[in-house]
Amino acid sequence: MIAELGLAALWMSAALAALQLVLAGGGLWSGKKAVAEKGALLSGVRPVAVAQGALVTLSFLCLLLLFLRSDMSVALVALNSHSAKPLLYKFAGTWGNHEGSMLLWVMVMGLAGAAVALFERALRHDTHVATLGAQAAISLGFYAFLLFSSNPFARLNPAAPDGQGLNPLLQDPGLAFHPPTLYIGYVGLSVAFSFAVGALLTRNVDAVFARAMRPWVLAAWVMLTIGIVAGSYWAYYELGWGGWWFWDPVENASLMPWLAATALLHSVTVLATRDALRAWTIMLAVIAFSMSMVGTFLVRSGILTSVHAFAVDPQRGSFILALLLIYIGGALALFGARVGTVREGSQFEPMSRESLLVINNLLLTVILGVVLIGTLYPLMTEAFGHQVSVGPPYFDRITGPLALIMMLAMVAGPLTRWRKDKVGVVAGRLLWPLLIMIATGAVLFVLGGERMSILSFLGLMVAGGVALGSIAPLFKRNLRRTPLFVWGMVVAHLGCAVSLAGMAADSAFTSEKLIAMAPGEKVETAGWKLHFDKVGPIAGDNWSAMQADMTVRRGGSVDIIHPQSRFFSNPPTTTSEAALLTRWNGQLYVVLGEQLDDGRWQMRIWWKPFVTLIWYGGLMIALGGVLTLIGRERRGWALKLRKSHAQEEWA
Amino acid sequence: MLSAALMLVISAPASFPALAQTALPPAPYANRQLDDPAQEKKARDLMHSIRCLTCQSQSVADSEASMAGDLRSEIRERIAKGEEPEHIRSWLIERYGDWISYEPTAEPIMWPLWGVPLLLLGVGGLLVAGRMKRRGAATDGKKGKQI
Repeated sequence: MIAELGLAALWMSAALAALQLVLAGGGLWSGKKAVAEKGALLSGVRPVAVAQGALVTLSFLCLLLLFLRSDMSVALVALNSHSAKPLLYKFAGTWGNHEGSMLLWVMVMGLAGAAVALFERALRHDTHVATLGAQAAISLGFYAFLLFSSNPFARLNPAAPDGQGLNPLLQDPGLAFHPPTLYIGYVGLSVAFSFAVGALLTRNVDAVFARAMRPWVLAAWVMLTIGIVAGSYWAYYELGWGGWWFWDPVENASLMPWLAATALLHSVTVLATRDALRAWTIMLAVIAFSMSMVGTFLVRSGILTSVHAFAVDPQRGSFILALLLIYIGGALALFGARVGTVREGSQFEPMSRESLLVINNLLLTVILGVVLIGTLYPLMTEAFGHQVSVGPPYFDRITGPLALIMMLAMVAGPLTRWRKDKVGVVAGRLLWPLLIMIATGAVLFVLGGERMSILSFLGLMVAGGVALGSIAPLFKRNLRRTPLFVWGMVVAHLGCAVSLAGMAADSAFTSEKLIAMAPGEKVETAGWKLHFDKVGPIAGDNWSAMQADMTVRRGGSVDIIHPQSRFFSNPPTTTSEAALLTRWNGQLYVVLGEQLDDGRWQMRIWWKPFVTLIWYGGLMIALGGVLTLIGRERRGWALKLRKSHAQEEWA
Repeated sequence: MLSAALMLVISAPASFPALAQTALPPAPYANRQLDDPAQEKKARDLMHSIRCLTCQSQSVADSEASMAGDLRSEIRERIAKGEEPEHIRSWLIERYGDWISYEPTAEPIMWPLWGVPLLLLGVGGLLVAGRMKRRGAATDGKKGKQI
């Protein structure tokens, strides 16, 4: 019954999305007379959007329940779960597969639409209605995709005796919650897309519109940032080779919307403050969600084979491709038709904050273009019958220098005034960051700069300057009176410096030791003394493992760590669980490999100085986003609260 | 002998990496570093830009697959004999095709890959320049307004 209820709820929410589209479209179409009743039209569409969000959530909850109860009469559960799996992974198994993750996608989209219907107050009524209509139009396509080609509730007759299990690589607490976070970010950008379409339809692109759109973009961007940071850390400790970013197509698929959203975040601020960059901001909002859809297409169609492409099915691929063409093509066509009526606003002084933000946008967009082309290039050459690989050497070489230049603009931006500033004055404010940068470079050079790659050298140097430069906007300010959104910016920019330092330090200073050891032997590397005490079998919930005990010493401290090699039987897979020992100045990373014929065990030992800064920096960036969101919106929330109180008292 | 082993691994179905991992005795330098740190660094840098053909989006430096281990060993042995990394790369490309190298080759089909960033920067730069007031024009405009 639960499966049927879920399916019915899904059909009903699809019907409601259609109703929402018709109501919004029809209302706006009927034109001038409705102008006076726009408020009435909005209050008609609003409950439909909310009901749609509620129903699609119910449908998702049904699927969740089916997984928790291990109902093997449902094909999806039988294919992707197993009764002996720990509860957490039954739970996470719901979205660890194609159909479930698409249902998660439409649920987030429905909830985002409901949130826009309920909480958005600043937007002009007709634009609001058009936005909800656009959101319904996108949802409708994905509902159709689910219902016609990926029904998550399909029954299996007769029911399977037991399930086939979840890919053990995905069986990890980090990965259990990484997809939902990422999806909230991905799909949250659909709101920006709908806002852009709504604004174009109702010819309403101005500073007020930008201020209304900003919190939605910011919230999606925060979730996307957290999702990417979590995914990167997962790859780092679960894959067992100490790498944290592989330029894998699936990683690129999450990076591209993030780059677009970051650019959008900055351009929407220019629009809100200076009422300029109108067409560009709208364009970016379209690009950002388009990148989410392109990413989903690349991942879901299995067109680029990688660990994550668990849906290798050309029919689904062409369905998503069709959706992609309709939505992106439609939005671009609308943009083309209406862009003539959107004034871009006045030109900028070359030395002004808005100019630096434009440079930030340029560089982010170029990096986005490079990542997109690099990811798709092997597909294009394959069409010409030539298989090539585009990987880290290409991406590092092109995006690295661009990112470093962007970092410099990032320091200068907050230290430059809006409208117009004097070159000499800005240069004066940049003096200390520059000096620190040069000093960092000099120290590194003396300490042995010739041993590290040029990119890590420059990375560390720039990180030093950016760290100081990003907190410079707080100098000579009363810290208590500094608005929260300024703190947010400072924290996020500082996070960029911290993350950059971690990346550069990891690639410059990591020391590696590969060794075969028998129990009782010891090894010294990078100032650590490791003693291999013993190795023995150990059993977990649905796996068995060989686990080593190692005593590690450095300075006065003694710790025992337990690297494991795990065997899963459903499906049969071996994974290595690295032992990580975190110190303030880095991480010791030990992996237990295979046993050799002579009985010794293969060990991989890395000491990675300051590698943790990569993810701390990433979390700081997300935290900065949260602070800015609260700082910008708090006044609005307070006003609303006061207003409703006043109304109650009056009543 | 080794090449025969490699072919065997490659022809093994890619969907059974677990089987492939234990099918062959490990190559001597698959998980053993070269004694000379400079040579080891050369070998590592090369390994990071060689694709593991039986894995998905991983270099041979970060993979458990036996094919990756064999190639690591092969690369280390050749480096130890004094061979240059680029020479080994071209040997690998000759054997397995361009696909094995993450480092883009100099062939014409790869030129657009380098051209696109330049093109984007150029076009973007022009657009940005269009957004900026020219120094002379700006002051003229102001004077005009003031008058």
